Amino acid sequence: MPRKSDAAKMDEVGIEIDGEVSDSDDGVAQRRNNRRQAAGRGGAKGRGRGKKPASDDEDEADEEEDEAPRGRRGANKKKPAKKRGDDDDDDSEDEAPKRKRGGAANKKKGGKAQDSDEEDSDAPKGKKGRGGKGGKKGEKEEEETKGKKGDAKGKDKGKDKDDDKDKKKKKKKDDSSSDSSSNSDEEEESMSEGEMARLMEEVEEKKKLIANIRNKPWRMKRRLTHLKEAQAFVDKFEGALGKGKGRKWYAYKVMMTKKWIKFQRDFENFRTACIPWERKIKEVESHFGSSVASYFIFLRWMYGMNLVLFGFTFGLVVIPEVLMGLPYGSIPRKTVPREEQDTAQDYSVLMDFNGYCKYSVLFYGFYNNERTIGLLKFRLPLSYLMVGIGTFGYSLMLVIRTMAKNADVGGGDGEEGEFTFAWKMFTSWDYLIGNAETADNKYASITTSFKESIVDEQENQKDENIHLRRFLRVLANFLITCSLGGSGYLIYFVVKRSQEFATRDDLSWYEKNELEIIMSLLGLVCPPLFETIAELEDYHPRIGLKWQLGRIFALFLGNLYTFLFALFDEVNTKLEEEQAIKNASIYAMKEYYANYSRLMNDSEATPPPMDPADVIRGPCWETAVGIEFVKLTVSDIQVSYLTILIGDFARAVIVRFLNYCWCWDLEAGFPSYGEFDISGNVLGLVFNQGMIWMGAFYAPGLVGINVLRLLSSMYYQCWAVMATNVPHERVFKASKSNNFYMGLLLLVLFLSLLPVVYTIMTLPPSFDCGPFSGKSKMFDVVMETIDLDLPAFMGTLFSYAANPGLIIPAVLLMVLAIYYLNSVSEAYKNSNMELKKKMQMARDEEKNRRNNTDSTNQVMKDLEDLLPNRSLAPPPEPEKPPEPEPKPTKTKPGAAGKGVDLQKDVALASPNPNARGPVSRAPGPRGQGPGPRPGPGPGPGRGRGRGPPPR
Amino acid sequence: MGNKQTTFTDEQLEAFQDCTFFTRKEILRLHGRYRELAPHLVPLDYTNNPDIRVPLALIVTMPELKENPFRDRIVQTFSEDGQGNLSFNDFVDMFSALCETSPRDLKTIYAFKIYDFNRDNFICKDDLQQTLNLLTKGELTEDEVLLVCDKALEEADLDGDSKLSFSDFQNMISKAPDFLSNFHIRI
Repeated sequence: MPRKSDAAKMDEVGIEIDGEVSDSDDGVAQRRNNRRQAAGRGGAKGRGRGKKPASDDEDEADEEEDEAPRGRRGANKKKPAKKRGDDDDDDSEDEAPKRKRGGAANKKKGGKAQDSDEEDSDAPKGKKGRGGKGGKKGEKEEEETKGKKGDAKGKDKGKDKDDDKDKKKKKKKDDSSSDSSSNSDEEEESMSEGEMARLMEEVEEKKKLIANIRNKPWRMKRRLTHLKEAQAFVDKFEGALGKGKGRKWYAYKVMMTKKWIKFQRDFENFRTACIPWERKIKEVESHFGSSVASYFIFLRWMYGMNLVLFGFTFGLVVIPEVLMGLPYGSIPRKTVPREEQDTAQDYSVLMDFNGYCKYSVLFYGFYNNERTIGLLKFRLPLSYLMVGIGTFGYSLMLVIRTMAKNADVGGGDGEEGEFTFAWKMFTSWDYLIGNAETADNKYASITTSFKESIVDEQENQKDENIHLRRFLRVLANFLITCSLGGSGYLIYFVVKRSQEFATRDDLSWYEKNELEIIMSLLGLVCPPLFETIAELEDYHPRIGLKWQLGRIFALFLGNLYTFLFALFDEVNTKLEEEQAIKNASIYAMKEYYANYSRLMNDSEATPPPMDPADVIRGPCWETAVGIEFVKLTVSDIQVSYLTILIGDFARAVIVRFLNYCWCWDLEAGFPSYGEFDISGNVLGLVFNQGMIWMGAFYAPGLVGINVLRLLSSMYYQCWAVMATNVPHERVFKASKSNNFYMGLLLLVLFLSLLPVVYTIMTLPPSFDCGPFSGKSKMFDVVMETIDLDLPAFMGTLFSYAANPGLIIPAVLLMVLAIYYLNSVSEAYKNSNMELKKKMQMARDEEKNRRNNTDSTNQVMKDLEDLLPNRSLAPPPEPEKPPEPEPKPTKTKPGAAGKGVDLQKDVALASPNPNARGPVSRAPGPRGQGPGPRPGPGPGPGRGRGRGPPPR
Repeated sequence: MGNKQTTFTDEQLEAFQDCTFFTRKEILRLHGRYRELAPHLVPLDYTNNPDIRVPLALIVTMPELKENPFRDRIVQTFSEDGQGNLSFNDFVDMFSALCETSPRDLKTIYAFKIYDFNRDNFICKDDLQQTLNLLTKGELTEDEVLLVCDKALEEADLDGDSKLSFSDFQNMISKAPDFLSNFHIRI
């Protein structure tokens, strides 16, 4: 075979090299070569085939082998074309240059370089087989350069090259074979440290590219090509990293990472498939723009959160109690009292959540205080407390995390007014709009806003009567404060009255539900009232909106807290009452026993237990509070649904159909159709959630009700908004509003956390109902668990931990930590500012430079690349990119890595020129090689590469 | 997957997922949408990457685009030949760049391309005027348009060459509060 002859040549070369190698400590390199050769034989064919499909150019394995070397060269930083040209000259020449290159690279890629030239083709295979890095590298490069090579070949001198390649390959093969026989054993430690590091770097870069390729402003075709290349590269070389015993572990790790990535993607696919209402929201979005859609997205988010809360509450509290707890009627707290039993099933009673509802799992009072229930020894009281607290913990975490994520995306940190016109021009169109009517409104509103800005610009401040306006604003605020105070007092008054009512039986429906009705009505009437009053103020709409939101927020909050305080009053009176009842019930119990024993005349006989329905009960304030919250929530649902039905739907129907026989145009004129009230709806949702948080501890069923509410309101409101509302005339921005909503939610969460934690920590639980009955404080259940269920030392540990001597330092430490983190963040902020300034400067500089020279910026290049003119030739795109720049971007891993390496290589090689020089020249044919190859650098590297083959 | 007919091979789907911000389901849906535009042109089977382009006139009839004043520019920007003919790759590319998860930097680049009507890599006054006229449906008077354009240039042009380079644009957009929420199309 021709190869053998070649091999002979190679041997000669190899010998020479060997001498060098021995001098220079290249034993490793030799080994590598050997290995490569060995591997090369086996793997060459396989690779060749593998490559063929990728490169399309390669017909034969030989060619492929040739390619491999080129790839390496590319890695070395020489341009493949040049190399090829060189190769064409002579076999010998080819070899020589290659060797030189290898020498340049020697330390780091010494192995690779050497392999690359003569044994390249073989070597890669060998490496692969071994898991050697060199081989892999070569392959990668090959892949990368395949496109290029293919093109070059096709274009230039495909045939010549092929011939050359063939020759080379043969030579290489021969070499490798000889080497392998001689040095096969030595190959073991394939790659030097430097090589490893470099390879690792390259692989990392490729990986990064794969991860980020979607962020590159490239044409899809180019992206796909690059992706394929990078993936192939990584596939081939990844396994090569790690050595010795570590290699297996490394391979395992790599495999696991791959699986993990795959799993993540699948999971992501699954997760997005699970997100509901995507289409519905999209539909709303395209009709009403992003601001209305933001409400529905918020609603969906709330639904998700509540679903989790629901899962916790039902999974850990309600269902265990239902399945494992005592059944209804077994003990007093689970039984409707005798005097209520007649009416307990009346509809009106049930609607008030009295009767059977009151003595059901929906409310706190139903739960038993047995420490463990069922076969599983489920600690229900503990779990009840933990779920109650966990609800808050989870919500807090989720809200804060979402806020942080939103803040990340938000970005807009420019001062108002800096870019008024530019922003209006470039960011005001809402790309989501897909409805003609909305689009018309949007056009109109954009035009108006431009006109407004123009007017503002022209006469910066038209100050007419400042005094009048100030007076009006003060007046407006006064009126609003009055109505806020009034509504607060009204609620207080109503709660007080309802306590009076509670003692009477002859109540009308209104009197029973007065509180809820009043609260809902206030929520209904006040916002429009505020809006009307706000007209007086004549603020800019955006500022006006903020004021409006703030006022409604204050109203809701005031109402909620008045309600709470009134409730606390009630709770306190109940607590006093309870004391009396407790005594009475004990007395009654004693009396019952006494009577029994007297009647039986037998003090020894145990009396049958009292019928649970007859036992005297305490007021159970927890259930009372829970009922209040449930009633409030339900009436809120009713009112908001009715509002939609009457305010929107009925109005729309009337406007639509009466318009045929009316004296003015109803659609365009006075009533017209309703607009979707975003701020009102969002605030309603937020406060509703606040009530859920507050009430969930006393009424676990509330969470379930809320889930149902959110679910139905998603469909109902979607339908309502699509069917009855018209797009906003002034489509205002939804920007940042998401975080604004979240901020409100966080505030409400905090405010609703306060009363609940207060009650848990300070008020004594009722003596005869609920999971904590019989304890002096609710959290005693935790203490009890620590004492009874954990080993004794844990108890002492906790008692130490609860010692003020420890707590005070801990608090101090936390304060210090906050202080420290605060100052750190301050410092970061400062350096951020600095960086921003620097970036600004750099940008200016760049601009100046660009004015002179052409675009230096990488992004600009990418931009240009996107220019249709360039891309006019579609075919070049796929294959072309690799040629001029498989690594056009800085980010391109391969390019960067190579560049650096090359330099290093040169640096490394330069010191040894003398030693190498002679060697490389010695062989006649090779001597020429160095000459033609100025780029690669000193011949010595080559020599080294050669070293191994000579064996 | 157990689809009766394979539209893409798994490798293709993986590659698309690597290169875009879409999940496989979304990619399949995109293909559905793409095919809907020109059922006679676009085959169901894309496993061999047929080289098919759908003309601009068909693309802009999509409900997502049909109300957008910049629809023609968007499609042209993403088309490889610059004429507005989109291959499926371009089509996916377009919606990937405009989707919710794509990063600000990427969106900025494409926004710049879209607003650069004459494709000279600068947004000059002509571009601004065209933008403005599209945005307001020509409701502004000539003077107003000129004034607004001057103002916008004055605000955003840092180097004083009376046109916006990409870095000017980037600087301006990076501070805009509404850009991300508005420059976004859901498919």
